[in-house]
Amino acid sequence: MQPYRNRDYAHHLLERLQQEATRPVSVMEVCGTHTVAIARSGLRELLPKNIRLISGPGCPVCVTDDLDLDLVIALAKEPEITMATFGDMMRVPGTGSSLLEAKSLGADVKVVYSPTDAVALAVANPDRQVVFLAVGFETTIPTVAVAVEQAVQQGLRNFSIFSLHKLVPPVMEALLTDPEVRLDAFINPGHVCTILGTEPFRFIPEQYGKPCVVTGFEAVDIMEALLMILQQYNQGRPSVEIQYKRAVRPEGNAVARGYIDKYFTPVTACWRGIGEVPGSGLALREEFAHLDAQRRFPITVTPGKRLKNCSCGQVLKGLKLPYECALFGKACTPMKPVGPCMVSTEGSCAAYYRYGAQRVGGAV
Amino acid sequence: MCLAIPSKILSIKGNTAEIDVGGNTKEVNITLTPEAKVGDYVLLHAGFAINVIDEQAAEEIFDAWEEAYAALQK
Ligand code: SF4
Repeated sequence: MQPYRNRDYAHHLLERLQQEATRPVSVMEVCGTHTVAIARSGLRELLPKNIRLISGPGCPVCVTDDLDLDLVIALAKEPEITMATFGDMMRVPGTGSSLLEAKSLGADVKVVYSPTDAVALAVANPDRQVVFLAVGFETTIPTVAVAVEQAVQQGLRNFSIFSLHKLVPPVMEALLTDPEVRLDAFINPGHVCTILGTEPFRFIPEQYGKPCVVTGFEAVDIMEALLMILQQYNQGRPSVEIQYKRAVRPEGNAVARGYIDKYFTPVTACWRGIGEVPGSGLALREEFAHLDAQRRFPITVTPGKRLKNCSCGQVLKGLKLPYECALFGKACTPMKPVGPCMVSTEGSCAAYYRYGAQRVGGAV
Repeated sequence: MCLAIPSKILSIKGNTAEIDVGGNTKEVNITLTPEAKVGDYVLLHAGFAINVIDEQAAEEIFDAWEEAYAALQK
């Protein structure tokens, strides 16, 4: 993949961008991995002034609603429960505490690398109720579906999932229809699109007239994608194009989508900072209700108070840059995160913090 | 969190493939990529191969841009 870091080529792309950037455009990168790549490469300050890059919802961890997380934490504290989760979720704050704090107070919380590891945990511990905290976008959801299939096939009675999955196209539509958010184009999440392909995004150019380019994760990939976006604008032909051809096919991965459809059905989900978005979450289908932790262990918690002074909502919508939040780098740092955008290494706030706010300061 | 890394398949047994990650071998689940063959590059995510990568398409697209670049230099 060496050529994707080629310097001369990057210079050439910057020149081309300069020529094509004849009007101001705001481009949102939806995916946190892009946010990190952009911050690390210092791309924001190299680009023509007319191109404004804004970081969107980004990562499934960052958008997990704090009230949802309160329920997960309450469930994790139940004596018979082993809560299995991806490591990124451990430090995400609910309104009160995090899974990490719950663990330090005695809750049985285990970090797993793959959803199938959680199934193995249930097999190895028949006297425990293993709940897998299922967070993720379309990249991850098929892997959870396979884990559910394993649990069904093995007839496991001590495995369930707490589904906080989120779907990307519905939230993109929510952002497009939000009168506060001004967007001209999207850099589509490369790995989400390995599964979805291009079809689920066609409504964006067709109904909203905005370009979408499926993009890889090197700085050069992102520059190519921006050039493709500008060309779509300048030639008046908004469409969904793939820059990340080495990994994404227009048809996506139909087998993986089949797994999602077999086990899950869309529901309304609450996104931290954005609010409820219809059809943007997934619940297990009725036939698999016995594997649904929310239905199996009905828990209620008194709703906590949402975090004060945190601008995550505006950051996730691309209305504010991280360092415009009053808490950024002061009360809120990766060591002591207040909001989820700082917790995950892919959160916009964490990316800005890590790679230096001053580097990107001129780009507002 | 959606990060996926490319890796080469060394061998396949049922739904499990042995892959090479920086010189170490590791097992991954290939249920989602039934078309994957030994020698293919796949993208890995959460213990699964989620897609077979087209190395040739990668080179082709780069060539196309390279050509455009070369043409501009003349
Ligand atoms: S700096 Fe912290 S509090 Fe402010 S928006 Fe980012 S995560 Fe939220």
